[in-house]
Amino acid sequence: MRAERAAGAPAMQLQEANHRLLSAKAIRTWYVVHKWTSLICTVFLLLLSITGLPLIFGHEIEDLTGDTVDAPELPAGTPAATMDRVVAAGLDGRPGHVVRFLFWDGEDHPNATAPSQDAPPEALRTVSVDSRTAAVLQEPEEPGGFMYVMFKLHVDLFAGLPGMLFLGFMGLLFLVAVVSGVVLYAPFMRRLPFGAVRRDRTARTRWLDLHNLLGIVTLVWVFVVGATGVINTWSDVLLAIWRNGQLAEMVAPYRDKPPLAALGSIDTALAAAKAAAPGMEPRFVAYPGTDFSSAHHYAVFLRGSTPLTSRLLKPALIHAADATLTATADMPWYITALLVSQPLHFGDYGGMPMKIVWALLDVLTIVVLGSGLYLWAVRRKGATVPISETEEIREQAA
Amino acid sequence: MSDRIRPRYTAWQIFSVPIVLGALSGVGLVTALVGDGPWDAVSWLGLGLPVAVCLWYGWLRKTRSL
Repeated sequence: MRAERAAGAPAMQLQEANHRLLSAKAIRTWYVVHKWTSLICTVFLLLLSITGLPLIFGHEIEDLTGDTVDAPELPAGTPAATMDRVVAAGLDGRPGHVVRFLFWDGEDHPNATAPSQDAPPEALRTVSVDSRTAAVLQEPEEPGGFMYVMFKLHVDLFAGLPGMLFLGFMGLLFLVAVVSGVVLYAPFMRRLPFGAVRRDRTARTRWLDLHNLLGIVTLVWVFVVGATGVINTWSDVLLAIWRNGQLAEMVAPYRDKPPLAALGSIDTALAAAKAAAPGMEPRFVAYPGTDFSSAHHYAVFLRGSTPLTSRLLKPALIHAADATLTATADMPWYITALLVSQPLHFGDYGGMPMKIVWALLDVLTIVVLGSGLYLWAVRRKGATVPISETEEIREQAA
Repeated sequence: MSDRIRPRYTAWQIFSVPIVLGALSGVGLVTALVGDGPWDAVSWLGLGLPVAVCLWYGWLRKTRSL
């Protein structure tokens, strides 16, 4: 340890100081933890925070590039078309296709709604239909473009579930790096007032101070966004658990029944679902035979009306032939946790000012990541204790 | 020696400002989930203040020798 090589008195002072909060050995251990967890995850975290930046403004960017669907202005109070007509419009001219999901996209383009179709997930295409006129607003498009690339890099590195879980693991390492960074903040700041950035020192000292300042101030935000991001990487796994658990139980009586000859009206099914969950509105419908339903049911997923409850889902399974309610249940806690973690990761629940603050915090995180990498790159060869400690010793010995 | 000039801070002194800013962030993260309008505004403040603190101490404050 460098401290022992320095003049005797300051070394003793350092040890004495260390004993107040952490032993020198503990500091070294936390330093090693911080260094290695950071080194492994930083490149991926930089990728995540850079690709995440445009994703915060995804809707606005799509508006600018004309990728959003705009429903025409119609007089207020224009009656809605029946959903059966909307679904028929979505299927029109697409022989051999079936509807798999029906979802409402109210926030961005009111009254646009989209039935989508076909077998494997990659083959799903979305048709946007005006819910008042049943006119097709947007034909299916092949996925692609800048935002799609950002999204895929951010979510799974174009590597599907393994890519998602890998990024989740990097996120876990990042959380460890954050916690160890907080522990190390104390010994680094023992002689510095809050917010100290020693601009008149070497670049390394300046960036170390900045790294510590930005890191500790953005701590809670970065931890919440990191942890909810990790939870989001488990979404496929959590949904599989739900399918095999609660959903399987709800539709168990129908397991061996013959398949349905024809589907009944979606309007009647929606009415039955709303009656089963007063005050809630449908957010999406999973058609019979999809992963979110049985072979015999429309699974209507309803949401509440507050910022929080609009993110939560309550499934109502409606028999697809006779529109009777088979079962309804609140989602288990792990699905609720997943759904709550989504807005907390996306920052899309407090309007444009929140998005701007979210983006600023993201940029500050990029600075913390980048400065951390820099501090490692210019580390003093052979130094085994945190840089500022060794620097203090030098100053005092001088 | 700088040790005589520069005080040695306790854990409480070191973490008091970060704790306040962390609590503000936490409040900011939660309030916008609870409601719209004023709830959103509290959220902007709660998350915006830590950002302002970063910008002030990190870049805007006039250089001062420490």
